[in-house]
Amino acid sequence: MKQHDVILIGGGHNGLVTAGYLQRAGLNVLVVEKNPWVGGAATSRDTGTGVTFSNCSYVCSLFRPEIMRDLELPKHGLQIISYEGGAVFTRDGDYLASYRDHDSHRREFARFSARDAEAYESYARDVTRQCRFIQPLLMRTAPDPVSFKPRDIAELLWIARRFGNFSAEEMAATVRFWTMSIADFLEEYFETDVIKAYLALSGIIGTALGPMSPGTAYVLLHHYMGEVDGSVGAWGYARGGMGAVTQALAASFTAAGGTIRTDAGVAKVLTKGGRTRGVVLETGEEILAPRVVSNADVKRTFLKLVDPADLPDPFLHRVKHFKMRGSSGKLNIALDGLPDFPALPEGSRCAMGDMHFTDSVERMERGYDDWKAGRWSADPFVDMMIPTQLDPTMAPPGQHFMSCFVQYCPPKLEGRDWTDADRAAFAETVVSQIADYSPGFRDRIIGMEVRTPRELEAEVGLTEGNIFQGELTFDQLLFNRPVPGYAQYRSPIPGLYICGSSTHPGGGVMGAPGRNAAAEILRDLRMHPKEMRPAHDVL
Amino acid sequence: MTSCDAIVIGGGHNGLTAATVLAKAGRRVMLFEAGALGGTMATVEVAPGYRSSALSHLVNRLAPEVVAATGLEMTCLAAPPAPTVVLGDGDPVILRGGYGARLEGVGAEEALAFASLRAKLMGQAAILGRMLGHRPPMPGDFGLGDAWHLGLTGLAVLRKGRAEARDLMRMILTNVADVADEYLTDDRLKGLLSFDATLGAHLGPRSPGSLLGLHYRLTGSAGGVAGGQIVPRGGMGTLAAAFVSAAERAGVELRPGTRVARIEAVQGRATAVTLAGGEVVSAPVIVSAIHPGTTFLRLVDPAEIDTGLTRAFRRHRSKGNVAKLNLALNHIPAFGGLAEADLAGRIVIARSTDHVESAFNPAKYGAFSPDPAIEVVLPSLGQPEMAAKGCTLSALIQFAPYDLKEGWAGGAPRLLDTVLDILDRHAPGLRAGVIAADLLPPTEIEARCGLPGGHWHHGEMTPDQLLFNRPVHAAAGYATPLDGLFLASAGSHPGGGISGLPGLNAARHVLEVAR
Repeated sequence: MKQHDVILIGGGHNGLVTAGYLQRAGLNVLVVEKNPWVGGAATSRDTGTGVTFSNCSYVCSLFRPEIMRDLELPKHGLQIISYEGGAVFTRDGDYLASYRDHDSHRREFARFSARDAEAYESYARDVTRQCRFIQPLLMRTAPDPVSFKPRDIAELLWIARRFGNFSAEEMAATVRFWTMSIADFLEEYFETDVIKAYLALSGIIGTALGPMSPGTAYVLLHHYMGEVDGSVGAWGYARGGMGAVTQALAASFTAAGGTIRTDAGVAKVLTKGGRTRGVVLETGEEILAPRVVSNADVKRTFLKLVDPADLPDPFLHRVKHFKMRGSSGKLNIALDGLPDFPALPEGSRCAMGDMHFTDSVERMERGYDDWKAGRWSADPFVDMMIPTQLDPTMAPPGQHFMSCFVQYCPPKLEGRDWTDADRAAFAETVVSQIADYSPGFRDRIIGMEVRTPRELEAEVGLTEGNIFQGELTFDQLLFNRPVPGYAQYRSPIPGLYICGSSTHPGGGVMGAPGRNAAAEILRDLRMHPKEMRPAHDVL
Repeated sequence: MTSCDAIVIGGGHNGLTAATVLAKAGRRVMLFEAGALGGTMATVEVAPGYRSSALSHLVNRLAPEVVAATGLEMTCLAAPPAPTVVLGDGDPVILRGGYGARLEGVGAEEALAFASLRAKLMGQAAILGRMLGHRPPMPGDFGLGDAWHLGLTGLAVLRKGRAEARDLMRMILTNVADVADEYLTDDRLKGLLSFDATLGAHLGPRSPGSLLGLHYRLTGSAGGVAGGQIVPRGGMGTLAAAFVSAAERAGVELRPGTRVARIEAVQGRATAVTLAGGEVVSAPVIVSAIHPGTTFLRLVDPAEIDTGLTRAFRRHRSKGNVAKLNLALNHIPAFGGLAEADLAGRIVIARSTDHVESAFNPAKYGAFSPDPAIEVVLPSLGQPEMAAKGCTLSALIQFAPYDLKEGWAGGAPRLLDTVLDILDRHAPGLRAGVIAADLLPPTEIEARCGLPGGHWHHGEMTPDQLLFNRPVHAAAGYATPLDGLFLASAGSHPGGGISGLPGLNAARHVLEVAR
């Protein structure tokens, strides 16, 4: 039997990124995945309708181009089709269009308010400045401010120097931006409800917070820092669905000599004398390796896979209190034709991108109040798109795949578990909202897959269905993510690492946690990652 | 034209503190106050023979350095810390000593859990409290003094050990609800922490950053007890009188009933004030201890400040969320069936975190809570001179937003009715014993105290409006873009509450830069 240097638990995108880098650095890596497929929350599959669904994640922008190049993903079949446009339908039958092109976008704002169009200039400039500061931090391990190791001190100084490049006003503005709510932040620029609602949605996607909660302005950046083909802030569809990202990662990994075993759920991480020794599969089979990397979230890893006796109590305590809190659901819908949105002009390219129905910040916030009370939003925020307009590989001719991301959707309903009837009622809430803007929509549905946090947890293994493997609030970012003192991808058990979105810099199909984790593991092995090119500043 | 060395605008506790400190340093100081001296600290008559504290009703953060610097007479505060009673469902919990050093009404295990949380928060507050007594560090203008203070703070953090240092950095911007859930099981205690953390703020206990409100409360002390609170004898007006007499002793020329109409400036330098009567008083130093928004948007000629600053003040978030209620009662209400001695401090009606959170929800949309959380103080208890027969009651009602959609003319009677119902539930018979009631929604607080927005902290105390961003970046650290004009109200660092620190810090800064 082949001896493995590293076992990687979970074949999500971050796990496959870590595996890819380690394999290419010359280690012998085995990926074990509980499902019959790899891909985690970025999987494309047909569930019997003939139409391919992107199971959870549905668009691509944050995925780091450095990783695409290092792991040669285009060679292994990854192609990103950038899309353009989007619309927020308003209740009065109008819509706010969005365009990639700054000037077109500005002109559309001017249709609602000349002042807002003007303000969009300074808004775009200010947000870009924040992105420029944050973005380089994504591809670096977060320094521990109290370790006093030379490396941490040097890294802190590096960040302080970057911060020091700001003028005093910019520093003050940066601190404000980091701690404000997206609603308050937008209030400073804009006056039109629908414009604020359109911009606010980036502050709440995947987050168990409302747009009026402090700290949501920062979440905005997670949706602005992306790039497609060097085009900053662009969004794209992965050709073939989001599974194309993970399939390319898997192909790149196996081409480099790595091994993937599917249908191989891990029951326990084995330790001996306080060191990692390998894993036991659910079948009882033991696989040994001196290093184990978990792509599972921090709770699943340390509360389910590791013997609590191997972990210090304060660490366990913090893991137990790590905030996961699923806040989103998803509807994957197969359609037998393009739905009609009478508000949009015939053939509008706005239908190619994100479409929303929430035209005020207050409606979004009220949706959050429902979540706090343990209910799904009666008037949910839906991020809806139909990628098959640009990517015909996902559906037979004439048919379409519609992805509906739904916020807010709690992991438990008023304290009890979801039932199938609840799930159906949840789906009906969403479908009826869409049908209000698209007559005949219901008749076009030929198949539907409804995912609540319950399904996300069961299938992908995301605790409480949290798509970011943990809330993106300040107490869980940077050196606090996931556990203060263990924010550098290592765990209290030598040889056991974590590489998922529970770690810095957090969620989204970004790959940065996976790459940073690989760098730390190689550092421990005193190996130099030949293939790891330095991260670049794009802005 | 009259002239002096320094003009102070506003005779609240911060204005009086600043004026006293400047006068004691040998400056000739004139203080102008549009209304009566004392600001939010006043004793009012609710009905003939029934006296209560007008707005603020407790002392829990008057800074010892302010007392020392002004020579404040403290006889009205000579009392042991008053208890806090929490009324939820069922029996009350009583916190005694400094913020529950001793607990009654919970099991031994819960008391232990509370003690460990209390110790953690008090320890963190002690560290954060080190930031309050001096000018905040200003980016771009980071001096040796700042390095010294920050260094000392850093040392204090490290002395507590690495684990505590990490906890502080994790908890500093977290929300109170999660921290309460992590340590406690008792809903009443969680409700109290949630209430105290959000009182006066536009935040719910689940809003990120809400724990900071609780930290801020715990940085205060009363009678030398950290986290303590005292109901002043004779109401808050007695404390106001003490501030006034300290100013008089220091030689401040006090001019109550004198409104400042304009701050005159020439070529970027404030030179004088014009009073409403037309009189002009000049001074090289003008300290404004009224709301910073009023100072810049109403008193200074817009031509003298740049549009960026005007815009910053328009964005400044300073709308109150609390209504004040004063009642005259024909009897002493038996809240929670408790004895009078237990009711001598404050009584907090907060059932749970969820209660406070759902009370917050309507405030986001311009409605008051149908089921608000309430803090009650009985100012006349044990003081027959405050109410010969019966009792006066002073309550803070959370949440009652300034911008009420239905308008406060119609809203105030409905809120009063709601509140009396709740109070009557916890002290049966209270409603029938009401002789007079005076409810002050934020709009009324604005009108009576000259506080725009009716926000008693003169601006939200969230991280985006703290330290070098308080009140706004360009006017933080007491100096302003207009030379010679300084800010000293609660709108400046470190913020609201009867501490006197903004006034003291501002005066010290003036003495440092304007010799």
